[in-house]
Amino acid sequence: MMLLKSESLPIVSEQDIVRARQVARQWAIDLNFKLIDQTKFVTAVSELARNTLIYGRGGFMLLEAVEKDLRKGLRAVFEDRGPGIPDIEEALKDGFSTGNSLGLGLPGAKRLSNEFEIISQPGEGTRVTIARWT
Amino acid sequence: MNAPNHTGLPEIIKKHETDLLADWLKEQTALATRQQVSLKEGELKSQCSEFLRLLRKGTQGNNPDISTPEWAEMRELLTSVSRSRAQQGFTPTQTATFVFSFKKSLFIRLRKEFANNADALADETWTATNLLDELGLFTTEMFQKTREEVILRQQQGLLELSTPVVMLWEGILALPLIGILDSARTELVMQSLLQKIVETGASVAIIDITGVPTVDTLVAQHLLKTVTAARLMGADCFISGIRPQIAQTIVHLGVNLGDITTKANLKDALALAMKQSGLTVVNTKKLKEMAA
Ligand SMILES: Nc1ncnc2c1ncn2[C@@H]1O[C@H](COP(=O)(O)OP(=O)(O)OP(=O)(O)O)[C@@H](O)[C@H]1O
Ligand SMILES: [Mg+2]
Repeated sequence: MMLLKSESLPIVSEQDIVRARQVARQWAIDLNFKLIDQTKFVTAVSELARNTLIYGRGGFMLLEAVEKDLRKGLRAVFEDRGPGIPDIEEALKDGFSTGNSLGLGLPGAKRLSNEFEIISQPGEGTRVTIARWT
Repeated sequence: MNAPNHTGLPEIIKKHETDLLADWLKEQTALATRQQVSLKEGELKSQCSEFLRLLRKGTQGNNPDISTPEWAEMRELLTSVSRSRAQQGFTPTQTATFVFSFKKSLFIRLRKEFANNADALADETWTATNLLDELGLFTTEMFQKTREEVILRQQQGLLELSTPVVMLWEGILALPLIGILDSARTELVMQSLLQKIVETGASVAIIDITGVPTVDTLVAQHLLKTVTAARLMGADCFISGIRPQIAQTIVHLGVNLGDITTKANLKDALALAMKQSGLTVVNTKKLKEMAA
């Protein structure tokens, strides 16, 4: 796999979520993502960035443009040093929320992505990685 | 922190208050000239003597942590200094200078006081440096906060401007959403729609999301809440302008729009709203042609 470009963005305010979406959208356009794929990727970014801000108490997003077997893709890594997720399986269930919300962000982001991975250690933080290919 | 066995900061400040104040004022006036800012002499003098009084009071407690109640008055003073400087257009540096400029006057005084006691000089200089650094940083922080508040107020002004609820027909309201919906804006637009429903007694409200680039769970949740609230107030709520890619994304997210009426565009939503309200549109030209 080849790394074409990467950028790290802080996620510490509501404004940073907007910025994360905008950068993700621009990179998706630059890689010639179809409109539907742009929308899916940007929406997943929005969900995960908000979780990083709200539950992870802030962190950053690492955005990478990559190429594998002549296919281009975008990968986003969200990392925080928040409380972590005690039960990942539960957090991935539709409707599970500790924040009185819809509880669809995490499972939704998974469905909107081609690749999805969560690593979380209670007390240490959380890292969620998604990728979407053209 | 143990109390030192030599004269400490509070005593030194007390003993030399007048001199310290005079030196410090001179220093600040000189710096102000260099930084090309104008200070109000009377205001500056009272701020400085208040600072000295509170510094003496604070150091008496022997607690270097400026976030403690002992330092509450000092924090208030610095907050008001940074407020007034922010409003007068000072930079953060020019604002923090208020505190940092005191170092010179104080250190000269300490050197005189402890001319024969190198340990005491080192001790007190260290304590004073740390303390003044903390107070200076606090001032900068407060300055930043004031500025952020100003920006926030301006943003809120923009928010209010950009959330028009329009009446399309007697009893039919529309809220055309355009642009990024962060949570503050979403909250506000939804509230203004509900308020308009109350004011006008409208029976149908159409939320048009053609201009919204991303619909995530937060936006979806706000939409759902608004529709529910509108219904409780006796108005039906349609959502129009859900583009194909947004519709697909909503489905993937797993958001259930339930029994909410959705229409591809505002025109179709308006037609339905009129029909529900028992209104029909008649083309009088065609009618005349037929009659002829
Ligand atoms: N970065 C994180 N750190 C700690 N906990 C998290 C993190 N991300 C998610 N969680 C936990 O997982 C739960 C599910 O997340 P998910 O995004 O699916 O739902 P939500 O944020 O509660 O609601 P929604 O995203 O639908 O508005 C959260 O309520 C929270 O308890
Ligand atoms: Mg979420």
